[in-house]
Amino acid sequence: MENSYLIETRDLVKTYPMGEHTIVALDKVNLKFEKAEFTGLVGPSGSGKTTLLNIIGSLDSPTSGSAVVMGRKVEGLSHKQASALRNHHIGFIFQTFNLLPVYTVFENVEFPLLLLDYSAAERRKMTMVALDWVGLADRTRSKPAQLSGGQSQRVAIARAVVKKPALILADEPTANLDAENSHHILQTMERLNRDLGTTFVFATHDEKVIDYLRRKITLFDGAVAKDERMEPQRPGGEKR
Amino acid sequence: MIKFLFKGLMRDRSRSLFPILTVVIGVMLTVFIYNWINGAQFNFIDSNARFNTGHVKIMSRAYAREADQVPNDLALIGVQSLVDKLQEEYPDMIWTPRIRFGGLLDIPDAEGETREQGPVMGMAVDLLSAGSNEPGIFKLEEALVRGRVPQRAAEILISEDFARRLKVQPGDTATLISVTMQGSMAVANFTVAGTIRFGVEAMDRGAMIADIADIRAALDMEDAAGEILGFFGDFMYRDPQASQITTRFNAAHGDDPDEFVPVMDTLLHQAGMTDLMAMLKMFSGLVLVVFIAVMSLVLWNAGLMGSLRRYGEIGVRLALGETKTHIYRSLIWESLMIGVLGSLIGTAVGLAESYYLQAHGLNIGFMMKNASLFISNVLRAKVSPVSYVIGFIPGLAATFLGSSVSGTGIYRRQTSRLMKELES
Repeated sequence: MENSYLIETRDLVKTYPMGEHTIVALDKVNLKFEKAEFTGLVGPSGSGKTTLLNIIGSLDSPTSGSAVVMGRKVEGLSHKQASALRNHHIGFIFQTFNLLPVYTVFENVEFPLLLLDYSAAERRKMTMVALDWVGLADRTRSKPAQLSGGQSQRVAIARAVVKKPALILADEPTANLDAENSHHILQTMERLNRDLGTTFVFATHDEKVIDYLRRKITLFDGAVAKDERMEPQRPGGEKR
Repeated sequence: MIKFLFKGLMRDRSRSLFPILTVVIGVMLTVFIYNWINGAQFNFIDSNARFNTGHVKIMSRAYAREADQVPNDLALIGVQSLVDKLQEEYPDMIWTPRIRFGGLLDIPDAEGETREQGPVMGMAVDLLSAGSNEPGIFKLEEALVRGRVPQRAAEILISEDFARRLKVQPGDTATLISVTMQGSMAVANFTVAGTIRFGVEAMDRGAMIADIADIRAALDMEDAAGEILGFFGDFMYRDPQASQITTRFNAAHGDDPDEFVPVMDTLLHQAGMTDLMAMLKMFSGLVLVVFIAVMSLVLWNAGLMGSLRRYGEIGVRLALGETKTHIYRSLIWESLMIGVLGSLIGTAVGLAESYYLQAHGLNIGFMMKNASLFISNVLRAKVSPVSYVIGFIPGLAATFLGSSVSGTGIYRRQTSRLMKELES
């Protein structure tokens, strides 16, 4: 480990060529994330939230500057090393769930473990634990098409946490859910953050998500406009 | 992982049904056509061996040069001692002398005047000796249409179609008008014992089968024969063994410049059989190549369509940390599963069709009206041990090639765009 932070970005810059122009998606972003944070990247569309999430998730590399995730410099990773980092240490939750439609709930959650060469018995045990965390242990044989949006996202969360990653990146995880399901999902993620010590980083503009955050980083035009620690505003005024 | 992939394949019909059907059809056709060609090849060899060439054939050097003309004046003499010697030197082979002859078959009326007459292609073989193999080689009992197989001297069989044309019944008298070995006119009376149909157009047009002793007497060919045919005991032709015997036999007579010295030839070196067999082998190979190429193209296209349909799934797998190479390999594994499954089903269907055609055959007599080839009118498929595995070559090769090419698209996928792609 090069430092004690889970994630650290130094003068992170990401630009994209657009015809004769260059779009600056991230402009000298300096951020540090500690273990077990529950942090949101907020800001308007085009502010660089997803780009930052991409780089932290080793899906993309910076144009300049550095992003160190769990001691590994993202910009220096080969495709295989980046895959290994995601495979072992990072979980993803998407806005549109992205479950594999032909597989059952159990098989969807089991899939990341198949890539990690766990034995069948270990996979079964870990999968059932993950489904139990999200309250879907009784829906193991259901197919994604038989689930509601909230249930699908809970399966996606179980898939992200089943390998007990240090970091979960969630891109607009509640965008396709109604208020009740959003709260349910967020409570589930908050509980996993608390019980497992998993770091959650969200990209969102959803106020419901923001209410749960303990740290809110506001991005504007690719730069950090504000970085604030906050007390979560639980629904009904409950404080953490 | 393989079990996981297999489950996905079986549950997603759009991913498995069309490729499996493609492989099933291709493999089925491959197996069927292979067996069909195999059957045709066997048919060519078997019919030619039985009626014309034997597995090896001995003729005089002069006769061999003009064998198409059936030059009985150049026939072998001292045949019995030669056959005895052959039996001694090659005890596992069956040796049998034959005389082929041409002539006119004259059917007299009650007054002995010509009622009907027609050209005949005759074959004199040993029909009456105890333990003779010729009735079995010609499958006379199976070929018999009316009457019976000759049991006495001067009895003959003629082909059924020829008999109908000449309005001959079993029991009628027929007169052969031909030429003796010395070139003078030969006339001999026979009784038609029965009629036959071999299912070989070249034989059924106007054939006459007579005992060799009768024809020797009629054509003045005492202890002579146009040719001596040799057969392997199991009647299965083996070219390397036949070549070995031929080389050994010819080596013993190679230095003798006599025109009437006996020379031996293998089945494949007679009547253009080598070219025919090479052509059939080339067709077999061509069938495989064509099916591999066509199926590969279809499966490549199916793989591309599948990649589009599974764009989201592959994106998620990349995001979850599966490497592109691992996904590429899994796509190939999936295609090989499809290949194995399709090949199994295709082989089973192809074999079922082949076994049916092996038992019942397909009559192509209408295409053989003027054929001079000794080939059965009923073409049958022939299933061999290779038939059980031949379909797996195009089945697996095509699925492998198809998915190998279409799967390379995975390497063009940019992980930096995954988030956006997976949100859409």
